[in-house]
Amino acid sequence: MRLGLTLAASIMILASTAQADEKAVEPYVQSDANAGVLPMTTDAVFQAFHGRDGVDRIVHRLNWFHNHDPRLVDTFKAADNERLERTLSEMLCYILGGPCHYTGREMKDLHKDMGVQVFQLNAQIEDLQTAMSEEHVPVWAQNKLLAKLAPLKRMIVVR
Amino acid sequence: MSKPIYIALAIVTFELVISLTSPAWAGSEYVWGGKLDLTRGVSTIEGAGGGGLVPWALIAGNETKDGVGGQVSATSLQTHNYGLTAYSAAIGAWDRVEISFARQDFDTGKTGGRLGLGSGYTFHQDIYGAKVRLAGDAVFDQDRWTPQVAVGVEYKHASHAALLHALGSRRADGVDLYVSATKLYLDRSLLIDATLRLTRANQFGLLGFGSGPRDTYSLQAEGSVGYLLTPKLLVGAEIRTKPDNLAFAKETQAGDLFAALALNKAVSLTLAYVDLGSVATFRRQSGPYISMQAGF
Repeated sequence: MRLGLTLAASIMILASTAQADEKAVEPYVQSDANAGVLPMTTDAVFQAFHGRDGVDRIVHRLNWFHNHDPRLVDTFKAADNERLERTLSEMLCYILGGPCHYTGREMKDLHKDMGVQVFQLNAQIEDLQTAMSEEHVPVWAQNKLLAKLAPLKRMIVVR
Repeated sequence: MSKPIYIALAIVTFELVISLTSPAWAGSEYVWGGKLDLTRGVSTIEGAGGGGLVPWALIAGNETKDGVGGQVSATSLQTHNYGLTAYSAAIGAWDRVEISFARQDFDTGKTGGRLGLGSGYTFHQDIYGAKVRLAGDAVFDQDRWTPQVAVGVEYKHASHAALLHALGSRRADGVDLYVSATKLYLDRSLLIDATLRLTRANQFGLLGFGSGPRDTYSLQAEGSVGYLLTPKLLVGAEIRTKPDNLAFAKETQAGDLFAALALNKAVSLTLAYVDLGSVATFRRQSGPYISMQAGF
């Protein structure tokens, strides 16, 4: 009994330390549907991305661009980098047919006050292409992901 | 004032009006550039945004819906008997409207002598174009089957009206109307365009429009297929049917194999092998095509 409690306590601590660097967010309902896109039905493209490790490297690199690409820095300067990288990585892994769940907020809600314009979305796409190429993801696989993400424009660009 | 000055004035006025009025309409900040590589197309020999021979529903220039952009191009095509040089300029506004101008010089070289025109005889044609995107987003609507659709008009004015009449052509001026449907199938890295054109042009208009016995508009089909090898390199093929109005020479379809490379945000290079078919009694007119394009 005591052992069980200790175990449960340590698991809770682990869970909270994993996200310790993230800022608190307003409560919301978690769901894979928040990604706004249905996942791929096979994991062939996920393999071409070198699995979760590859996705993590790509997202980390993309977030570097968020903070350094002059077209994007204003849009992302208020972002919680830790949380953004974790949830974006989950989202891409989920969409690519990987064994992940998206725990972030709903895409439309997430972008409603960001004021993203088309040129900024296109800049982010270019940076994502650079990051995917640096990870040596083949172009056909890159385009499979971009095809999935493209319709999100309607939720991201609101002005 | 000469014609080029009128054109330049018209373009500057158009740009000023657009840049002053569009931000208020769009409710967003005015932005220069911002389009993804190759999504302005390259420049057709007639000046429109598209492939080399076929206009696409994509709008010229690097602008997004929040700005104004443009592009200029210089193109050279050498076939066995002829040389075609084309210069073009186009303005795109809000990724919605495109106006364009092209000047074509069709050099008959030594063949001019054999045609009785004199060696090096050169036909000219000016083309004023306009295109409006009606619906769809070729790049982003990846969850819908619907393509990006645009309609366009090209007013063409060929030189040497008296000679064109002597060759059997009915007139030296003509209007082409076209509708283009363009779609990027990203999950297959494919770009597909289908264009329908109403025209009575003889050899794109370089040999005038219509003829005594055949002066009606006909519907012609054009198409492009491209594969994205990288985000900056599209390779593919085009085909374009043409009317066969003139009695003295059979006119056939044109086609090409192309590679279009975005060297950077501004400059793209297109290399192609173009087959114009039979031109003014000389068959199998094919050869290398090179086009440099710069856009903003």
